[in-house]
Amino acid sequence: MTDLSLIGAISIFTAGLTMAIGSIAPALGEGRAVAQALASIAQQPDASGTITRTLFVGLAMIESTAIYCLVISLIMIYANPFWAQVLQRAGG
Amino acid sequence: MNINPDAIVVWQIGPFGINATIVYTWVVMALLVLGSRAITRRLTTGPELSRWQNLVEVLVAGMRDQIREVSQQEPGRFLPFVGTLFLFIAASNLLSVVPGFRAPTGSLSTTTALALAVFVAVPLFGIAREGLFRYLANYVRPSWLMLPFNVIGELSRTLALAVRLYGNIMSGVMIAGILLSLAPFFFPILMQLLGLVTGLIQAYIFAVLAMVYIASASSARASRDSHEESA
Repeated sequence: MTDLSLIGAISIFTAGLTMAIGSIAPALGEGRAVAQALASIAQQPDASGTITRTLFVGLAMIESTAIYCLVISLIMIYANPFWAQVLQRAGG
Repeated sequence: MNINPDAIVVWQIGPFGINATIVYTWVVMALLVLGSRAITRRLTTGPELSRWQNLVEVLVAGMRDQIREVSQQEPGRFLPFVGTLFLFIAASNLLSVVPGFRAPTGSLSTTTALALAVFVAVPLFGIAREGLFRYLANYVRPSWLMLPFNVIGELSRTLALAVRLYGNIMSGVMIAGILLSLAPFFFPILMQLLGLVTGLIQAYIFAVLAMVYIASASSARASRDSHEESA
């Protein structure tokens, strides 16, 4: 295999793996958080405003790990720095 | 498919390219400034008020309530900064239903600028509230061993603010673009609707997080309560 196809294959494989692992864990965490918040709202409907606001902030923080994985895999597919380097060396 | 609005150059003035991000940031800014100017020119306190005044009153009162609840302090000092962040992000995310409009928040440069504004505002509000030395003492609390972790936390949450907003908006644009080539006409509309919800929630989250960071730095009592949140 040439350098270019090796880099392409590894990048795409790793991007898929990154998304797979990086979305399972935040999904489980967010599921637990939402379930707990729903139980709390059912118990204390008066506090639903505070619970919802804290839930949104917490979900955003959990979700940012998934977003990091998405950004990394998008960089690997669309803006791979090694790809550009190899192309440049081959051209020049 | 061009996912980065920075790469679309609209005008070329000498060596400076005016890209789509700058143009649409100006559009949003002009819309907000001229719109609020036009609405607040004829404010009344009488029983008859215009629809637009009602809208602005609801917005401002809602933001003041949220800031008061999050920070447990009077909202007057924080409202200009946090409210502007919320309005700018919400307006640019919601305007993405307009065909041809590229949300400036879908570019990493815009979100980095907004996150840097928060990064600078946190010590400014803290020092204005407590004085320089008592603000700096927050970094060696609970012990001086925590100093590097506090500094790293300050930097990493700025990075997280920028990348969170950018990733959410950009992935919405991206998914719409991919679906448009796979299953045109129906699915992209649903994803656009979902994108509107995500955009509004992200604007809210950005403003609330900025408020939490500022509040935790500008009052010693609040910082103990919100230490878990600022991680």
